[in-house]
Amino acid sequence: MLQLEKLDVPGLQPVTLTLEDGVCVAVQGRSGSGKSRLLRAIADLDPHGGRALLDGVDCAAMPAPDWRAQVTYLATDAGWWLSSVGAHFCHWDEIAAMLSPLGLAAECRDWPVARLSTGERQRLALLRALSIGPRVLLLDEPTSGLDQEATAAVERLLEAQRAQGLAMIWVTHDGDQAARVGKRLMQLRDGALVRP
Amino acid sequence: MMDYIRLDEWDLVLAGLLLFVNGALSLALRLDLERRLAIAAVRMVVQLLAVGFVLKALFESASPWLTGLAALAMILIAGREIVARQDRRLTGWWAYGLGVGCMALAAVVVTLFALTTQIQAEPWYDPRFALPILGMVLGNTMTGISLGLDTLTTGITRERSSIEAQLSLGATRLQALRPVSRLALRTALMPTINAMAAAGVVSLPGMMTGQILSGVDPLEATKYQILVMFLIAGGTALGAVLAVQGAVYRLSDPRHRLRTERLTG
Repeated sequence: MLQLEKLDVPGLQPVTLTLEDGVCVAVQGRSGSGKSRLLRAIADLDPHGGRALLDGVDCAAMPAPDWRAQVTYLATDAGWWLSSVGAHFCHWDEIAAMLSPLGLAAECRDWPVARLSTGERQRLALLRALSIGPRVLLLDEPTSGLDQEATAAVERLLEAQRAQGLAMIWVTHDGDQAARVGKRLMQLRDGALVRP
Repeated sequence: MMDYIRLDEWDLVLAGLLLFVNGALSLALRLDLERRLAIAAVRMVVQLLAVGFVLKALFESASPWLTGLAALAMILIAGREIVARQDRRLTGWWAYGLGVGCMALAAVVVTLFALTTQIQAEPWYDPRFALPILGMVLGNTMTGISLGLDTLTTGITRERSSIEAQLSLGATRLQALRPVSRLALRTALMPTINAMAAAGVVSLPGMMTGQILSGVDPLEATKYQILVMFLIAGGTALGAVLAVQGAVYRLSDPRHRLRTERLTG
């Protein structure tokens, strides 16, 4: 269970939120309303005040890399730092079965990253995040570069992960998607995270 | 020492006439360089003469304090050069402090090492040895550090999303910044490696040429050049590693976050 206690993000009002295992909260808000800033602060990628706890353990009480391996942020355009796709994965076997449902070729492991399309990068970045086995996934527009079919496939995959206990905060511009994936809907309005 | 041919003023004036060829070319081809050429030539003569007089006075006084003061001035001027060569600098006094601190430490350590163990002048701080060696080590360390820091800061800016992707997946700051810091160190050390590889084959190093012209036996000049090459390689590596590693720590924090707001621009 992830708890945010007066999480203080610059430009936002303090955020208090409880996210149980296997729950997805969909967050909407206008561009520039601070959605990414909120997710980054939860992942401790930016300085912030207040507390974030995972199963009662304070983020500040554990090394930041350990926190981020469990509370994992996935940026819209997550970067790649090695030349081949497979080199970015420590546990390829764990995601190999998910390639085909997402419309990705099984042999893409050996491809150079430069060969990937924007949509392929986005789906593989999602698999890369899932491969480290996070408890909470912080998704920043995870389907922004995808067509309808690929979007539906990503939603199905994440629904299956959620059913196995993965908690998610899912930032999306798409109101229909928010309604489909979110058990709870939240909005960032005038710097405050509120129910719509 | 073999024969040394003194130059008189007329020799220099005669050589200076060659500049008129440059000037005539500039006018004929409308390169618009004649003014800059004249200013640069005058600056070169005045600066070198001034340095000549300063060095002469320093050598005659052989004072440890004046030698130290001259070394400090050299370090500060080189430090300004490091800062000027950065596209994106560290904010605040870090921009100057990190570059100058690492460069000064590396150059002074290496120079002291050479003065006290290999050269063993009497006294050890004899400015005739201390200042030229410090100058050569300093110049190269300065280039290495400024190349290293510039590559690091532009690399961090360009690769921000891939660095943060690694951090998001649980990498430590040293792991996430390793690709850019490795590139920065390679870039910092490349000129020194190239200079060593080309020495004697492609280029005759300036110091060795100077010694040969002033009558030193070529083999003796070679030995000095080898010594200086080693000192330069050591100084550059030490300075660049300290500066790049320092910048890596400054541009991240103990919570393994990337702190690009600590860069200007």
